[in-house]
Amino acid sequence: MSTSDQHPTDVATVDGGEVARRFENPGLPDHRHRLTDIDAKAAKRAERQVAALFGLSALGTILTLVAYFSVKFEGNLTMDQHLSRVELSNILLGTGLFLALFGLGAGAIHWAKTLMPDEERIELRHPMRSSDEDRADALAILAEGAAESGFGRRPLIRNTLIGALALIPLPAIAFLRDSGPMPGTDLATTPWKAGDRLVRDVGRGTPIKASDVQIGSVVHVMPDGLQAPGEKMEERAKAAVLLMRLDPADLDPASKGGAYDGIVAYSKICTHMGCPVGLYEQQTHHLLCPCHQSTFDVTKNCAVIFGPAKRPLPQLPITVDEEGYLIAKDGFKEPVGPSYWERG
Amino acid sequence: MTALAARRRHPMASAVLVLLSLVVTGLVYALAVPSRASAATTDDVAAGRQLFLANCATCHNLDAQGRGNAPSLIGVGAAAVDFQVGTGRMPLPASGPQAPATGRKFTQDEIKKMAAYIASLGPGPAVPSADAVDPAKGNPARGGELFRTNCAMCHNFAANGGALTRGKYAPNLNNTTPTQIYEAMETGPQSMPVFSDTNIDPESKRDIIAWVRTIKTAPSPGGFALGGIGPVSEGLVGWVVGLAALIGCAVWLGAKSS
Repeated sequence: MSTSDQHPTDVATVDGGEVARRFENPGLPDHRHRLTDIDAKAAKRAERQVAALFGLSALGTILTLVAYFSVKFEGNLTMDQHLSRVELSNILLGTGLFLALFGLGAGAIHWAKTLMPDEERIELRHPMRSSDEDRADALAILAEGAAESGFGRRPLIRNTLIGALALIPLPAIAFLRDSGPMPGTDLATTPWKAGDRLVRDVGRGTPIKASDVQIGSVVHVMPDGLQAPGEKMEERAKAAVLLMRLDPADLDPASKGGAYDGIVAYSKICTHMGCPVGLYEQQTHHLLCPCHQSTFDVTKNCAVIFGPAKRPLPQLPITVDEEGYLIAKDGFKEPVGPSYWERG
Repeated sequence: MTALAARRRHPMASAVLVLLSLVVTGLVYALAVPSRASAATTDDVAAGRQLFLANCATCHNLDAQGRGNAPSLIGVGAAAVDFQVGTGRMPLPASGPQAPATGRKFTQDEIKKMAAYIASLGPGPAVPSADAVDPAKGNPARGGELFRTNCAMCHNFAANGGALTRGKYAPNLNNTTPTQIYEAMETGPQSMPVFSDTNIDPESKRDIIAWVRTIKTAPSPGGFALGGIGPVSEGLVGWVVGLAALIGCAVWLGAKSS
């Protein structure tokens, strides 16, 4: 840098420029001493403030330890008592740790700002560029190395090296591919199949009689056989279905395809991002997804009438068995949930 | 017993048996059926009709058969009247996306009379008994499970309500009485679907009521609940209060000491 030997504030000026000549370099402003530098009383006060902040930090640490060891949740407590203790513990631990850490940090900063030396010094930077001889030497070493290796002269070695390097990542790809099961048809299929009973999605799941479903009611449904707690969670995640009963006169012909006497079942998984679409308005027959406000019209085979979803919710065709319980007439005809790579 | 056994082939035996079983079934049914909150008298029905004609008939028509947007009230039952009038959703103050709960306009006695009149028009759900909605008798753990599956998507996981489409909303359940919660499930007011006894049986309804009561009275172990409406208020406080505090610290760090 050509100006490195001058005053550093000159660096910003443009050499020989019209603009730069009109202004005089004002230089650095005069050093203004802090109150704590000129007033011993202020310095003493700042010292006390720093000490108080450090003291606060120490108190916070002690409070944290006391709270940690004295607020217990064990023993024979009712749920309300237990939650009250948890609340107290959270508040005390949070306050204690805040005081401990903030007091330490704020004290250190206050100390540095008010009491540590406040002189301005200028350290000039040296040029970073190596000398011309060093640069020439370095280039010569590289050229000599290239010549000695014969990399340019022996194409056989060069080409086999390039080939070997190109092959090296392939085992990594193979290993990574086999580090877990491939999705296969998991994204496109659900556990629903013809004849599966529809059961309520609570507890052990009870089957649903068609005659028990009132017009205007909604039931959250799973296929029978997935009720064991903690098992087959991925299957359950795909299988969620919402069952609604409407006046059959309200349904358009497309919706009636899989309906049974005004009872319709649709996948509960939004075709946009996969949130559960559970907000059913029984008067407007709108189904709303709470995540991005996609709205589906149940009377129109769950067509999208608002929001970012692009595809209607897939319908689960249903019928009843001999005992009058609702069963699936067939599985879903298309993948449920959001789009994915292979589906487009 | 031998006398009875000897007459078991008597021509009248089957007739007596049928009569006996009918009587027993009737008695058992009368004992097993949950008692109605109060028996409506004909006076109540007549007084209820007067109140209906004065306050409701403008929209719901003279015989409650409905007109235009006002639905027919035949067969909605006493529970629907008790809920709609008891929460002040009816009489409707102004048309809009949804009837807001504006506070009760009638005395409980007047509501009871109107309910008796509407119940006399056609069979419908009755007002539940105090026992059926007693939160102390419900199982809040099971109620929580039912609530999360059936109610939480609209009414929020902490029963604080949430938005629906086009200006409609699911109200929060903070000030909803157990009876009103029960009636709402049974009758499905406005946008709310119906959760009839065949879907969620009366015992489960009581469990749900117990759960709603539990989450309203339980302490909040996380400190500030911030309205319990989820990431919106939490995010707002995080961004506004939290970031402001951090920026304040940064400004203080950079400021020269006087």
